[in-house]
Amino acid sequence: MITEKTLKQTMTNDLPKDMSRHLPDSLNSDLRSKMMRWETLLMVFVVIAFFTNIQLSPYFLDPWSLSDATFNFTEKAIIALPMALLIIARDIDLSVASTIALASVAMGFANTMGAGPIELALIGMGVGTVAGFVNGWIITKFDIPAIVVTIGTMSLYRGIAYIVLGDEVYRSYPEGFAFFGQGYVWGVLSFEFVLFLCLAVAFGILLHKTTFGRRVYAIGNNPTAALFSGINVKRHRLFLFTLVGLFAGVAAVLLTSRIGSTRPSIAMGWELEVITMVVLGGVNIMGGAGSIVGVFIAVFLMGLVTFGMGLMNVPGIVMSIFTGLLLILVIGTPIIWRRVLTARKMKSKSGN
Amino acid sequence: MKFRKSLMAAAIFAMGMASVTAQAADPVRVGLVVKSLGNGFFEAARDGAIEAAKEIGNAEVIYTGPTSTTAEGQIESINALMAQRVDAIAVSANDPDALAPILKRAMDRGIKVISWDSGVADDARIVHLNPSSNPLIGAMCIKLAADVAGDAGGEIAILSATPTSTNQNIWIDEMKKVLPDYSQLKLVDTVYGDDLADKSYRETVALLKKHPNLKVIVAPTSVGIVAAAQAVADQGKIGEVFVTGLGLPSELAGHVDAGSVKSFAIWNPIDLGYSAMMIAYQLTQGDEHMMIEAGRMGTITFDKDGNGAMSDPFVYDASNVHKFADIF
Repeated sequence: MITEKTLKQTMTNDLPKDMSRHLPDSLNSDLRSKMMRWETLLMVFVVIAFFTNIQLSPYFLDPWSLSDATFNFTEKAIIALPMALLIIARDIDLSVASTIALASVAMGFANTMGAGPIELALIGMGVGTVAGFVNGWIITKFDIPAIVVTIGTMSLYRGIAYIVLGDEVYRSYPEGFAFFGQGYVWGVLSFEFVLFLCLAVAFGILLHKTTFGRRVYAIGNNPTAALFSGINVKRHRLFLFTLVGLFAGVAAVLLTSRIGSTRPSIAMGWELEVITMVVLGGVNIMGGAGSIVGVFIAVFLMGLVTFGMGLMNVPGIVMSIFTGLLLILVIGTPIIWRRVLTARKMKSKSGN
Repeated sequence: MKFRKSLMAAAIFAMGMASVTAQAADPVRVGLVVKSLGNGFFEAARDGAIEAAKEIGNAEVIYTGPTSTTAEGQIESINALMAQRVDAIAVSANDPDALAPILKRAMDRGIKVISWDSGVADDARIVHLNPSSNPLIGAMCIKLAADVAGDAGGEIAILSATPTSTNQNIWIDEMKKVLPDYSQLKLVDTVYGDDLADKSYRETVALLKKHPNLKVIVAPTSVGIVAAAQAVADQGKIGEVFVTGLGLPSELAGHVDAGSVKSFAIWNPIDLGYSAMMIAYQLTQGDEHMMIEAGRMGTITFDKDGNGAMSDPFVYDASNVHKFADIF
């Protein structure tokens, strides 16, 4: 725990005076309380969105409508989980939507060769994993920034999908394949949604309860320090990219099954929506901080807001503006609040 | 008026609180799903649909769609419409296959689904409304050529896109079918501009050189018709040679003013939206016949696959091209 005294000392040592940037050694104790505050704030927004929707639309509180609404975000949310880990570790993957396109085209091709539902799902996940591994391998092997490489593979993977498919379409997937994206496990609970809930728990445990998760934070806070403390940083990063690829593949299986067809333009623009979910969930885009619970709540917040506006028939353009404002509001509020607090503290200090 | 509106809002709210089931006195609500918002063509279609709703009286249009032309975005819009328990959905699809599962689901829940402008898979909608049909397009192109050539008639030529373009070839065949009815017209040549502006332009120049007595160039392609009109103007043939065919008002308004184009045809988005709304409404009233009454557009006939053609392509000339040039 950093005390006011040490803080003052570091300040006098001509270190940057930016108080908003936390020193790495304040991570363990400070992070939890900060994250709790963030999640509380998100929860408040969720509750507000929920009751606003009830007030404004008589159609909102219907189990089937709510169940239908989950389809709008589940696939993106599934990618957001590993993406949160990746961003916490100071990396980013912009190629996830293109990976979906590539995996979907691969499944479509396999389908024409007569693959069954399970094989199709395995192929989709396999291609996603390979795409993620290629990203990670290039990034860690040649030490190129992740944003550069994944912008490249974003074009590359979708480009391959366009070359293979052109203006054609793959359709008539086998009967059983529809279950992944259209099937229900119990009542109104869709397979997609249940899968997302299970994965959220799994990722929560992975990030918050395992050594691996601790290392992800360590790498994100200071890769050099992490390396010197004996963490194989490159291997961890490679693994994270592969993990994101795998779940982009999972999302590809679900989406392809849900819409029952493949075109190279599938999932266009999803990468930014996934990253928006992660950032809205309180994950620091500069790495080092964030939680799965935050991302989980953010997913529902975005889902509730967009579905509510959809029920009100708010035009999509207004909806994007609103989502943007929400993002700035949710992210900006704590930062401004912290600045105000710090400024006040500094003022009282200098007053002494 | 305002009082009545707020009273109605209060009533709807009260009913919503009491029970969520649909009331008999509710207007018939039709979701008009377009490829993307902010597109003049679809906004014109919306205006047509609203006109139809006013004519019907007890009907309401919900105009919706994604910001960019994606199937995923349209699925979200359709999800929202399903949640509102609309009575019908009329969609111009970004993807005929990707929308099929969600539209089938909508039909399972008792929503009448039609597609218009851009269709979906046959089993994912009740009917599909085409803006026109191949025979009507072919006949209209030749009729426009005959009108501009006058009683004396003369030589005509066709400027098409690529020799392999399916639509173009069907339309050219349809034109040839009706040509015998116009004995004053003589088809002397068919050239291909590949839907490229520069190639279409060069082909037109060559055509003018090769056939000095040419009277009309028919270009059933929006790229070709603009290039041909430009070539006619540049060659100083305005008043001698006229260009007609299929094109967009916004691109041709200038050429209509210049005189190289007297008239041309394309679908009218207002009529299209109007007809889609009318058909959707009729379906909610239990009309599932192959012939559906669509207000001022008359009766529209659907074939066994549920495909129907609205009307002749709409003719644009100096009297209306500027009004539509702002739309599309």
